[in-house]
Amino acid sequence: MTIEKPVGRQTEKLTTGTQAVAQAVKLADVDVTAAYPIRPYDGVMQAVAKLIADGELDCEFIVAEGEHSQFEICKHASAVGSRVFVGSSGVGWMYAMESLCVTPSLRLPVVAMIGNRALDDPGAFGVEHNDAMAVRDLGWLLFWVEDAQECFDATLMAYRVGEDPRVSLPVGLGVDGAFITHSQTLIKIPDQETVNEFLPPYDLGDRLLHPDNPISIAPQANEDWVMEIRKQTDAAARRVKDVIREAHQDFRRLFGRGGDNPFFEEYMTEDAEYVLFGMGSLGLPAKVMVRRLRERGEKVGFVRLKWFRPFPAEELAESLGRFRAVGVIDRDYSYGSPQQGGVLFTDLRAALYDAERRPKIVNFIGGLGGRELTPEMMDEMADLTKRAGRGEEVPAVSWIGVRE
Amino acid sequence: MPERVEGGGRAASSADPAVEGRSSTEVREEAKSVEFTYRGIFQKTLAANLCKHVVMAARKRDWLGSTIQRYSDSPERNGIPAKQFAVIAPDEVKLQAHMAKYEPNELDVITVLDDTLCDGVESWAYYGRQPINLRLRRGGTLLVISHRPAEELLKVIPRKDWEWTLAILPGTPSMGGLWVYRDDGTDMRVLGAIARVRPDIIELDEVRRVVESDDQLGEEHLGALEDGYESVRVHRVAAGEGKEDDYEPVRLPGWRELREGIIVEAVKPGERNPHYKSSSDRTMRPVVNFDTCIKCRQCWIDCPDECFEVTEEGLHPINYEYCTGCGICSQVCPVEDCIVMVNDLEFIEEGDRDVFGMWKEDPEAYNRWREEKIARGRIEHHGYYNADTWAWAGGRQAESPVE
Repeated sequence: MTIEKPVGRQTEKLTTGTQAVAQAVKLADVDVTAAYPIRPYDGVMQAVAKLIADGELDCEFIVAEGEHSQFEICKHASAVGSRVFVGSSGVGWMYAMESLCVTPSLRLPVVAMIGNRALDDPGAFGVEHNDAMAVRDLGWLLFWVEDAQECFDATLMAYRVGEDPRVSLPVGLGVDGAFITHSQTLIKIPDQETVNEFLPPYDLGDRLLHPDNPISIAPQANEDWVMEIRKQTDAAARRVKDVIREAHQDFRRLFGRGGDNPFFEEYMTEDAEYVLFGMGSLGLPAKVMVRRLRERGEKVGFVRLKWFRPFPAEELAESLGRFRAVGVIDRDYSYGSPQQGGVLFTDLRAALYDAERRPKIVNFIGGLGGRELTPEMMDEMADLTKRAGRGEEVPAVSWIGVRE
Repeated sequence: MPERVEGGGRAASSADPAVEGRSSTEVREEAKSVEFTYRGIFQKTLAANLCKHVVMAARKRDWLGSTIQRYSDSPERNGIPAKQFAVIAPDEVKLQAHMAKYEPNELDVITVLDDTLCDGVESWAYYGRQPINLRLRRGGTLLVISHRPAEELLKVIPRKDWEWTLAILPGTPSMGGLWVYRDDGTDMRVLGAIARVRPDIIELDEVRRVVESDDQLGEEHLGALEDGYESVRVHRVAAGEGKEDDYEPVRLPGWRELREGIIVEAVKPGERNPHYKSSSDRTMRPVVNFDTCIKCRQCWIDCPDECFEVTEEGLHPINYEYCTGCGICSQVCPVEDCIVMVNDLEFIEEGDRDVFGMWKEDPEAYNRWREEKIARGRIEHHGYYNADTWAWAGGRQAESPVE
C-alpha cells in the first residue's frame, strides 16, 4: 500500500468513532440534522449537538419525536437543498423503515450513521449487522467502517459519492456498536480548505424543491409508471462504482489515506493460500490473527469489505479467485437462506457464481449481539477455511463461539 | 411529461386471434368479456353484484368465469369513473388464455351505470379523457342506463368504423346496495337487459335460475329481471355514426425521458394542471347567475378544486375542465338560486366551454339559456336516486325525466 503525502495540514485527535463522524459532519458543513436517542448512535447526536453549542458548526438541530420523523425531517430537508446528517441504531433504524425505503426512490443523498446494534428481541445493545442490512435491496449505499479514522474518512466519502449528480442516493455508514462507537483512538483530521477541495457544495440542480423551481415530488403513480422509476434508480446504482473510484483517487491525493482499492482492503494476501473475509471492527482481531499465523508459517490473509452496497462483485471475483478458500465471517444471520448462513456469505457466493476461478467458500457466524470475536476464534475460522481449501469435509456454515 | 401521439393513432389491437375480425355477436365458443363502468364508491357494490351474477348465470350452462376490479381504480374516490369486469369462457383453457391479460383488451359488452359517463372517462392524470366505447369489440354492445334517446347519447359517444349496438335501459343512476342504501332492483334490471340484447353472454332463464337458487332473493327480483328484459331499447349504430373521434392516446415516456427522483412539474401559481382535467368525475355542474351574485367569494374560497376564476368585475365564472361537480359551491352560496346544480348531460353542446363570455355579450340571452338548463335538469341532491323503492316499480324516478 502506497502512502502519499497529504495536502494541507492534518491534526491528530483522540476520538471515539461517533465523535470522529461528528468531526466529519462539521467539516462537511452539514445544514440540518435530526436526532432521536438510541444507543449506540446517540454518541454522534451528542457530539454534533456539542459542536453546534460551541459555535463550531452552524447547523439546524431538530429533536424529533421518534426515528420515523427523524428520518422524514432529513429527507425533506435534503429535498430543499440542505446537506443533512442523521442516524440511528437497531430497532430505531427499523422504526424509520417507511422513510428509509422512500429516500432512495426520491434520489435524496441523505447520509446516515447506523450504530450497528442487535435487533430486538432480546433487547440487547451489542453489535449485529442486520439492522443496516435491512435496506440493502432498496437503493441505499452501505459502507462498513473498521475504526474511528475510517468513521471520519467514510463520512466525507459518503457525502462526496451520495451527492454526486450521477448517483444522488442515500448512504448508510455501518459503525459497529461499542467496538467503534465507544472506543477512542487517535485519528488524523484534515483542514477545512482541503476538505472543501474534496467535497463540492451540495447542488440538486433542477431537482431542488424551491418556490422559484416549482415541482411536485413523489406524486402517486400507478402501474404505468413505477417500473420506469425503479429502472432510473437501478441505472443510478450501476453508476456508483465509477463515482467511488473517482472519489477514492481524490481522497488519496488530498488526504494520503485509503489504500489502493476503493472497495475492500487486502491484508497479507500476496502469497496467501486462503483468506478470511468480513466487515467492520472485526478487521482488528483478524489482522492480529493473520500476523500470528504468518509467524507460524501459515499462508493466510484477510480481506475486509468496505462498500457492501454497491457490492463489488467483479473486483471480488478477480481477487478472491487467487485463493483456494475463503472463510466469510458474518456478524449477522439470514435464517432460511440458501445455505442457512449469513448475508455476506450468500452475497459473496452469488458474486462468484459466474467466476472462472471459484475458491471454496465457507461461512462463520459469530460476534452476534456484541459478543467479542477474538483472535483465538479467528484462529479456529482460519483452520476450518484452510481445511476446506484442501478438500476436507467442512460444514458450509459454522457458528463460532456459541455455547453448545 | 407525456406527449400526445401525432395523428392520434391507436395502438394495434391485441385481440384474441380466434375472434380477430369477427363480430362480437358471431363468436359463440370463445371467452366473453363484460365491462361495468360506474361512478367510484357510489356504484361499486352494484358493479360487483352485476359481475358476480354474470359469472353465476354463465355457470348454468357449465361455462367458467372470473371477475376483475380495475386495480388502478382502487381506492376509489367519490364519483371517479371506475371499472369492473366479468369474463366468462366455455372451458378452463379459454378462460386462462383470456385471464393471462389482467384486464380484457376488448369488450363484448360495455355497461354504463350512469349516463353522465357517456362523454368519456379519465380516472387518472395524464391519460386524457378516454371514449366510453374505447375498447368495444367489433360489433359489440354498449348498454347505458338512461332516460335519454340514442341520438342525444351519440352526440358524446365517438363513432366506430364498423356497426355496433347501443342499448338503452330506461332508468337513473343507482347506489343500490351501497352501505345503507337498499338494493333497488337495478342490478336485476341490467341483467335482464343484457340477457335481452346479448343472449350469447347470458340468457334470461340462466339468470332466473340463479335468482331462484338464492334464498336472499325473491319474487321482486324476478320481476325486476323481467322488467329490464322488456324495457331495454335497442339502437343499431351504423359505421361512422356518433361523435367525431378526437381521442389521442398518451405516449408514456421511457425511463430515460422521465425526470429523476419522481419529480413532475408543479402547477405554477395561477395555473392549473394541464395533465389532469377531472371533469369526467362530474354528474352535475353548477350554473351561475352573474346578475344576482353579491361577490361574497364564498364559492371561490370553498371550491376544493379551485375551479372558480376571478374576473375584473369581481365575479367568479367556473372553469368546467376542473369542476368535479361536488356541489359545495351551490351549498355555500348565500343567494337563492345564484348557483344551481344541473345534470351534466344537459351541456352536450357546450362541453366544458367557458360560458362567462356569453353573459358578457348578452346577459339576457345568457339568463334565458341558464333558466332553460335549470328547467330541464335541475338537481336538488347528490344526483343519485335511491328512494328505497324498486327502480322498476311505478316506472321512473327521475325528477325531470327527459323524453
